[in-house]
Amino acid sequence: MNKIIITVVGVDAVGIIASVSSYLAKNKVNILDISQTVVSGYFNMMMVVDGSSSAKTFDKLCADLSRIGSDKGVEIRCQKSEIFEKMHRV
Amino acid sequence: MINLSEVIETNRMILEENLDVRTVTMGISLLDCADSSLEKTCLNIEKKITRLAGNLVKVGDDVGREFGVPVVNKRISVTPIALVGATCCRKKSDFVRIAKTLDRTARKLGVNFIGGYSAIVSKGMTSADELLIRSIPEALAKTERLCSSVNVGSTKTGIDMDAVRLMGETIKEAAYLTRERDSIGCAKLVVFCNAPDDNPFMAGAFHGVTEGDAVVHVGVSGPGVVHRVLASSCRGADFETLCETIKRTAFKITRVGQLVAQEAAARLSVPFGIIDLSLAPTPAVGDSVADILKEIGLEHPGAPGTTAALALLNDQIKKGGVMASSYVGGLSGAFIPVSEDQGMIDAVNAGALTIEKLEAMTCVCSVGLDMIAIPGDTPATSIAGIIADEAAIGMVNQKTTAVRVIPVVGKKVGDTVEFGGLLGYAPVMKVSAFSCENMIARTGRIPAPVHSFKN
Repeated sequence: MNKIIITVVGVDAVGIIASVSSYLAKNKVNILDISQTVVSGYFNMMMVVDGSSSAKTFDKLCADLSRIGSDKGVEIRCQKSEIFEKMHRV
Repeated sequence: MINLSEVIETNRMILEENLDVRTVTMGISLLDCADSSLEKTCLNIEKKITRLAGNLVKVGDDVGREFGVPVVNKRISVTPIALVGATCCRKKSDFVRIAKTLDRTARKLGVNFIGGYSAIVSKGMTSADELLIRSIPEALAKTERLCSSVNVGSTKTGIDMDAVRLMGETIKEAAYLTRERDSIGCAKLVVFCNAPDDNPFMAGAFHGVTEGDAVVHVGVSGPGVVHRVLASSCRGADFETLCETIKRTAFKITRVGQLVAQEAAARLSVPFGIIDLSLAPTPAVGDSVADILKEIGLEHPGAPGTTAALALLNDQIKKGGVMASSYVGGLSGAFIPVSEDQGMIDAVNAGALTIEKLEAMTCVCSVGLDMIAIPGDTPATSIAGIIADEAAIGMVNQKTTAVRVIPVVGKKVGDTVEFGGLLGYAPVMKVSAFSCENMIARTGRIPAPVHSFKN
């Protein structure tokens, strides 16, 4: 399992989730969980995905998603999930 | 499963509150590089460092990118050079040649500092130790990335006052040789008492002889994170709430360091050493230990109550951090440099903070008088006196203390000195004009303190 957390932050717009998830599907990245909220007027979304079947490297996935984000006017970040698990779980 | 609010919290720490891994430092033993030929020794040093740390910068950047947390500095510490060069260095210029080799290797590998141009002279100096110390000013003037440190005392051995006297003169000479650049040589020179063998932070990092062949240490930071949490949830709260909040935050910060350290060590095929859980400020806005002290309730650091506030902060960081990491070491605690912390600079400019108060603060924090610019005409004996005072605090209280003062040539109290980058800028602070010359002129050492009858 190569668990990655994708976060999307920015002003809400039509089709953000659609474009991210269709990119992930095309690249064989499985979505395990999605949640979203609005914090001080900003759209915050988090996807937990499994990238172990994807042919793309972590760096390539990050770069592609970051580009999709800038097309939509939002910021998309990819981080390996361990940083969150380590910080918030004993 | 991780939830969204936790992800948002972590990323806010990184993106808005300057949470970062301050340094991944590879410690490398150079004991096996020593040879009777200076040329061969230099060659061995360059080869060994390149072999072990060739990938250090890349690995640090890769790990940082994958976890989304900046790994700001990638650095190297080596065995104290006084030991490595003892067999082949006969004059000062021989040691300087090793200094240049280290500097060149650091530049080649892209690390911003290399530490370990050091001598451990807690009880006495060998002729090689003394030669290295005398070569420090020239070595620092002729290199860019080299850092130097000298340990002049310890709780077990007492204080070598001959070394203290020599360090007063060495600091003055280092200031003079780099006078064209606001005496910056002194910003890369630390005098310690009870120096740890596994410190990843510069300028005092060296790879102690108690360590293995190579090891990866990580220094975490994050004063901005602690400040933000206190500002948002602890105003007017009681001490229990305050302390618990600092402790919990320190835990979270340290866990990031532990993760990065383990990952970096595995990729470099080198054992993980320790996490140094320090709050290390930078001149950036919102990255200040002084701001935390103000948030605890001081108008400025230096006000009555400062030592208590700092003691509380330092202890809670350790309590939270120790639980978060499998191995803790180095300096671990709150750093209180002046030039690297905007809140400290403001406190000096406001007249709230003096060297004497900083000295009191060093009794309860993790290091000592750090990055303090003093007038260029301060006598070498007064600098030695400052070093002796700090070393005495460390020796008696069984803790690490250090002095990194910069007697800036041509500057007087009230002037400002610009070091640039992480080293920041500093107002020149007043040093007592009363002399300690006759005390410093005494030779020999101060005996180790008694370890009972604690009062």
